Amino acid sequence: MIREPSALHAAAQILRRDLKLAFRRPGEWLQPVAFFLIVTMLFPLALDPELSRLRQLAPGALWVAALLASILAIEFLFREDGRDGTLEQYALSGHSFAWLLLAKTAAHWLLTGLPLAIAAPLAALGLGAPAAALPGILAALLLGSVSLSLLGAIGAGLTLGIRRGGALLSLLVLPLAIPTLVFGARATQLAIQGDSLAGPLYLLAALGVFGLTLAPLAAAAAVRISLE
Amino acid sequence: MSWAWFHRFASPPYFYSLTLRLAPWLGWPAGLLIVGGLYGGLVLAPPDYQQSDAFRIVYVHAPAAWVSLMSYSLMAFAAAVGLIWRMKVAHAVAAACAPVGASITAVCLVTGMLWGQPMWGTYWAWDPRLVFELVLLFFFLGYMGLRSAIDDVSRADRASAVLAVVGVVNVPIVHFSVTWWNSLHQAPSVMRMQEAAMPASMLVPLLMSFLGFTLYFYAVMLVRARAEVLRRDRGGSWVRDVLAARGKAA
Amino acid sequence: MREFLDMSGYAAYVWPSVGLTLAVLLANVYWARRLVRSAQAEARRRLASGAQS
Repeated sequence: MIREPSALHAAAQILRRDLKLAFRRPGEWLQPVAFFLIVTMLFPLALDPELSRLRQLAPGALWVAALLASILAIEFLFREDGRDGTLEQYALSGHSFAWLLLAKTAAHWLLTGLPLAIAAPLAALGLGAPAAALPGILAALLLGSVSLSLLGAIGAGLTLGIRRGGALLSLLVLPLAIPTLVFGARATQLAIQGDSLAGPLYLLAALGVFGLTLAPLAAAAAVRISLE
Repeated sequence: MSWAWFHRFASPPYFYSLTLRLAPWLGWPAGLLIVGGLYGGLVLAPPDYQQSDAFRIVYVHAPAAWVSLMSYSLMAFAAAVGLIWRMKVAHAVAAACAPVGASITAVCLVTGMLWGQPMWGTYWAWDPRLVFELVLLFFFLGYMGLRSAIDDVSRADRASAVLAVVGVVNVPIVHFSVTWWNSLHQAPSVMRMQEAAMPASMLVPLLMSFLGFTLYFYAVMLVRARAEVLRRDRGGSWVRDVLAARGKAA
Repeated sequence: MREFLDMSGYAAYVWPSVGLTLAVLLANVYWARRLVRSAQAEARRRLASGAQS
């Protein structure tokens, strides 16, 4: 007798499978992080390497680069699995489709959001942030990248069947990401100034929780439509 | 309560003939109200004691701002109805809202800039209302971009409907974040709009303008929706009758 | 009349605003009617090709 795997078990399996697949090709998930570091490096070169001035533009540079890097990465979230029919199997598996896609998004966040957040303090140092600001910057990016991955999942689902959907994906997702950018950049700014950044961090966490509850449902609806 | 009216409204032939009858009844009053409102606002109303004659831009800017928000809400509402009840007519309405709403949003932005230059001394200030309108324009453009990227009409309808609903959930959050952001970076030189009570000679043309723009939006949207319904229901036998009736009248 | 057109110096802002708004309003009417005509023509073509087969 074959026992139906529980929802938690199914999600864990998807998570394990996606991570295993990704570790076979480390280039794919390291590229967005490299992109993020390069973009943040361009700002001092394009503007002014003086530290006090760099410090002022560091929050903006970090968050715009993080936003672009996560858009770059999210394009491939559903592409492979949409092509080879894996997503259709998920849709027919009897488990909640939104829940399984949330597992996929979680794997994606572990592969891109988390490295991005870990790389951010490094980039922040390059932009003149004091060492005391680094834990705050790490926290802000950890929270913010969750929202970015979730919003990106909706966009990736909507553009799944579209050829050359990359530019369209950014047109769809970037306006939705404005609140994350505003709160994240503010948190980073407060961290660099050495002030308490609890307020914007709470707002980022609220966005993350809100996204966790609703975004998988929207992403599931979008992927279902794209699969037909 | 009977749902008969709902089903009748959802039937493409009924909707088609409804738009045919309704559009002129909305369009002509809209034209008269807009012309009347502009005449009252540009000619009859006295100049504002602070902004002089520059305040007259309000007669096109404020109604455009209202219509841009209304059209987005209506688009998202129609899209949700279409998604939930799989109603073609609702999807047609949502599709018809987007281009009209986007163009009016662009009008709101440009007139806002033209108002900003004499009042604030700059065409673009990072005023939360201007930023919010700009984001709204991007929502519209994304919606239209997604729709045009998908060839199959039914798939385009449902995918763009999901986007519209996600967008409308985000609108209050974007609004809050932009206002919050602005409260941190408030430049002291930017002048705030006076919220003083308007005399009737200023207010009445403004209300006419608001009503005119609203009716205008519904009139144009219904004309577009008629075309969208036709595109979605080519096979129906009613299409033959409608086209034949039109041929006779022409 | 000249005073009216001058808008006490704000003519360069008021009239382009009004002109642009009216132009967009009229253009929307034109686009909408063109959309209906093209949808009708398309439906007619479909009916004709359907009748032949």
